[in-house]
This record gives sequence, C-alpha cells and structure tokens, in this order.
Amino acid sequence: MNAVIDAGAIADTVRRRRRSHLIGRIFIYSGLLLLAAFFITPLLVMLMTSFKTMPEIRSGNLLSLPTSLNTDAWRLAWSEACISVSCEGLNGYFWNSMKIVIPAVVLSVAFGALNGYVLTKWQFPGANLVFGLMLFGCFIPFQIVLIPMAKTLGFLGIAGTTPGLVLVHFIYGISFTTLFFRNFYVSVPDDLIKSARIDGAGFWRIFTRILLPLSWPIVIVAIIWQFTNVWNDFLFGVSFAAGTDQPITVALNNLVNTSTGVKAYNVDMAGAMIAALPTILVYVVAGRYFLRGLMSGAVKG
Amino acid sequence: MASLNINNASKSYGKTAVLHDVDIEVDEGEFLVLVGPSGCGKSTLLNMIAGLESVTGGSIEIDDAVVNELPPADRDIAMVFQSYALYPNMTVAKNIAFGLEMRKVPKAERQKAVAQVAELLQIEPLLNRKPAQLSGGQRQRVAMGRALVRDPKIFLFDEPLSNLDAKLRVEMRTEIKKLHQRLGTTIVYVTHDQIEAMTMATRIAVMQGGYLQQLGTPKSIYDRPANTFVATFMGSPPMNLIPATVNKSEAAVSLSVSYGDGKQSDISVPADVRPEQLVDGQEVLLGLRPEWFELVYSDGATSDAGARAWRFLHEVTITEPTGPDLLCVLNFNEQTEVVVRLDADAGVEAGDTIELSALLEKAVLFDKLGGEALNNTP
Repeated sequence: MNAVIDAGAIADTVRRRRRSHLIGRIFIYSGLLLLAAFFITPLLVMLMTSFKTMPEIRSGNLLSLPTSLNTDAWRLAWSEACISVSCEGLNGYFWNSMKIVIPAVVLSVAFGALNGYVLTKWQFPGANLVFGLMLFGCFIPFQIVLIPMAKTLGFLGIAGTTPGLVLVHFIYGISFTTLFFRNFYVSVPDDLIKSARIDGAGFWRIFTRILLPLSWPIVIVAIIWQFTNVWNDFLFGVSFAAGTDQPITVALNNLVNTSTGVKAYNVDMAGAMIAALPTILVYVVAGRYFLRGLMSGAVKG
Repeated sequence: MASLNINNASKSYGKTAVLHDVDIEVDEGEFLVLVGPSGCGKSTLLNMIAGLESVTGGSIEIDDAVVNELPPADRDIAMVFQSYALYPNMTVAKNIAFGLEMRKVPKAERQKAVAQVAELLQIEPLLNRKPAQLSGGQRQRVAMGRALVRDPKIFLFDEPLSNLDAKLRVEMRTEIKKLHQRLGTTIVYVTHDQIEAMTMATRIAVMQGGYLQQLGTPKSIYDRPANTFVATFMGSPPMNLIPATVNKSEAAVSLSVSYGDGKQSDISVPADVRPEQLVDGQEVLLGLRPEWFELVYSDGATSDAGARAWRFLHEVTITEPTGPDLLCVLNFNEQTEVVVRLDADAGVEAGDTIELSALLEKAVLFDKLGGEALNNTP
C-alpha cells in the first residue's frame, strides 16, 4: 500500500466529481423546467384566450399574447352568456356552487374530525371494523351509488334541491375526512387524553380544547380535499340538481354547449377560468399547509 | 393526603389476566414505589388507581371509600406521565391551570395557585412558553407543577424520569424526594429502575408477571428478598445465588457448598431458618449480596467476621473497578459466578487467589425448586 497521497490526483478527482455533479444538475433542472412548461401551457392558453377578442382569436396564433387586456369575455361569461334558455351568465351558478360547497365541506370536515377522534381516542369494541367499513366508502365509484342515492333523496323529499346535493357530498366526503383525521389522531399520544381526563375534561372539552387546536394541518388538508372535490364535481351535480339550482360545473358545460351561431372561445375560456378560480385560490393560499399536513402524520412520533 | 387500599385487585383483558389479586395498603404520606420489569403490570395497576383502566376484580379504596366506578376526574388524584403529556397548544401557565379551569376555579385563584407552584418548582421564567420550547428537564418540572397545583389526595407517577439523561435523572430523583418530604403527600410511583425504587421509596412493591412478589421497606426488600426473583431483580450487581445441599442428621443440620474443582465447605444454616424446614439432600440456594463478603488478609486478622462466617480461598477471574468499590468475579463452576464487592484499595487483581469470609448471619436461603426464601423474617 502506498502511504503517500498524491495531491494532484485528489484535485483531479474532485474536479471530475464536480463536473459530473454540474451535468447532473443541468439535466435535472432542464427536465423540471420542461415539465413545468408542459403543465402550465393549457392554463396559459386559457388565460390568454379569455382576454382576446374574437377577431384576434380567428386571426392569431393559439400561443400569441393578447394585444390588450380585453375583459369583455369575462363580463359576458359572468353575467350575460346564454346557458340553455336563460342568458344571465355564470354568476348565479357560481353562488349555487358556493351554497353547496361550503356546508358540504364544513359538515364533512367536522364529522370526519369527530369520527377520527372517537375511532382513536375512545376506542370501542369493533372500532377497527367500523373504520374499515368507512374506508371502504373511499373506493366506491360515484356511478355505483347514483341510483340508490336518487332513491334515498326521493324518499327524503329533497331530490333536485341544493340541500340534497349537500347531503350527497357530505356523506361521500365523510369516508375521506375520517381517514385523514383518524390517521392524524393516531399519532397524538394517548397520554395527552389521559392527562386531560384526570384534569377533569370530558369528551367534548378534550376534543375542542386539546385535540382541535393541534389539528389545523389536517383540517387544512381535509378542507382543500373536500373543497376541490365538491367544487369540481360534475356527475352528482348533473344528476341531482335541476335547472337554476345546478352547480357551476354543469352550467359551464351547458354554456359551452349552448351555441348560437359562432362559437365564442373567449367566453368559454373565461367561463372555465371562473369555474376554476376558487380551487386555484384555495391551493395558492393553503397549498403549503396541504403538503405539510399530509407529511405530518407520517413524520411526527 | 390520603390513604390508599388496593384489595385483591385484578385485571384481565378478555381471557388474558394481566394482574392477579394484588393487595397493597398505603398509609397517609407514604411513598410507594411499584417496581418490576416491563410487562409486569405495574403501569396497569397505576392506571387502575387513576381510573384510566377499569378494575376487573377486587377494589381500590381512597380514604376508605371504594372508587372502582369513579371517573378519574372525581378521584382527586394527579398523575405525571413518562411522556409528560403537556398540552402542546397551551403555554406553561395554561397547562398548569387547565385542571383548575376544568374544576371551575375562579381566574384570580388560578393565577395565584400557578404562581405558587411556579415558585416552588422554580419555573417562573417559563410560564409564557409553549412546551415545544422547553428542555426535557423543564417539561418534567411543568408536568409536576400541573400535578401539584391541584393539591390532590394522591400523586401518581408513571416512570417520570426515564426520558431524562442520567445526570438530570439523579437530580430530579432527589428533588421529588425533597418535595415528598416537604408536602407529605401520598405518592405511588412506577419505575423499572431498581435504584430509583431503593432511593425514593418508603415502601417498595416488587411485581412480576402480574403478581405482587414482595412488599416491604427498601431495606427489607434488599436484605430479605422473599424469593429469587426479588433477590436478583433488586440490587446491582444482583444477589449471588450459590447452590448448596442440605446435610441433615438427628444431631445437626448444615449446608454443603461446592465452589469449584471439588472444593467443598460445610457451613451452618442461617439462624432464622428452622432445621425442621429442611430435609436431608434438599437442594437450596444460598443468597449473598456482593458486599456481604470480606477479604481475609494473610495475617489471619479479619474485621469482625463473627462466628457464623464462611471462609474460603478462590481465584479471581476478573476485576471491575467502579470507583468507590472493586467488583471481583469468581467462577465457582460453569453455572455459578459469584460477584464480590471489595474496597477499591483492596489491591486485588485478576488471577490472584484471595481468602474471603462470607457473612452468613445475613445470608438468605432459598428453596431451589420454588425459589421461595426459607428465612423466617419477623
């Protein structure tokens, strides 16, 4: 063995390593940039088209920038575009969606939290079986429940109404929110609950004073998940809501399909943007909590 | 302050019994330590006292009132957990006051009580911090503060020191003992650390496999273990158990001990074992603590060995200096290793042959089959 260290050879190795590291980096980042461009392009095209005038669309390139920020299409989509027979734009349907989403999200998140709390901290015989069955709900496709759900809504006398749609989404969401909260609360030490019981707190006090304040990361996750799912839902909306009670996804579909003469791409795109904005907004505002919340259950001891 | 009676308490989950007829009486102001290896049922028993686990059989009484069906909050007890279980979303002050708040104590009184406890435990500068910003030792103090502030009848400690580093553990040990002396509250303390048990307890309950093995003062547990489990679990290094055979004739009874290479001694039976308890040829174990041996110097003069000593010569296999003492390991045979605690300055080295004198008046005799002690301890 040669004990003498060749300084030149080491410097050489270091240089070679550095170069291969740099090449690797360039490769990774160019790949990422390419993919990012690929994913953002449809959104950009939509956004650009929505600000163009019809002659501009007809004459120009799909990827060219609009000559000016023309908001006519947005105004039309919001309040004047014809959806089937009425020409009042999307705004009524936008608020319909809000009226469905907000109660459905609040209810399913609240009950999911409660279920998770009971399933982990007040274990009863068969709790795991109950959880397993609830989990099963996550895997049932929408299509399968359409007819039984229609029967149920009819039986309850809320078929074709907003409360009916809220109920459908609330029930469908519970499986997911229960799963989220249950997995989050499993990692909360039981000693905390024992300690609170000795301190004199009961079922609700422990939930509201000890557990809920710890739960915000998972609450955010559940809200984002539920909000996007319910807001983007089309199938339940088109099946269980009628006429002017329909959510925005159904209205958008109708708007695009209602054509009188020329197809107004700019209005369609503006309408699609309006329909997508709330979910984009939710992600932008709360997205970083989303990832953090999804991770926290796994990492925290 | 209160007394605690555990009457034939037992616990089972379905068909699995984890605690069998445990019977312990704790007087006011006592410091009872439940000690045993993990899975011995000590934490289950503590949770039963707290009301966090139901009692399957027998009863638990606080101040002579059965509390079996009482929820934890109504038992007037406080508990310190191994994980401290501080509420992460609350400041230290709120953590300490939470129990009082739940009991609808007015705010002014709560603040006064928190301030008092904070002063007692010297945690005033921490009151506005969240638990995540505290070190292990500080969390430990806050957890104790939370228990102290309610001035409960009984304190329950569930391995409170096992998450601390060695130095801090010794400090907190002393501090808890001081606190007990000062407040005089009844304490039940669970640990698997026999040194903690020895140093803190007024009485120790040694448990194993769901059974109470022995209940007594630290000294009686150490000097007069009820069986071989207690003898080897308590004390570090554990008690030496040297196989011996009973020689019994009409006239006399003695024990013959072989200590390797055909060497054999005939020694007298410990004074508190009655000859009629023994039969000829019975296999027994002679229990001797490492410090119950004395080095016999070559001039023949020993320090007060007494008449009932057993003298023998043996080679030292290994020496382990601990600082204050010198532990010498003697190999009697394949199965039997004897550890002897000598003075650090004894000047003994591995390979030396030394003469030892065992203090037989302290020795404990165990039946080899059942493992029960044969001594008649008063």
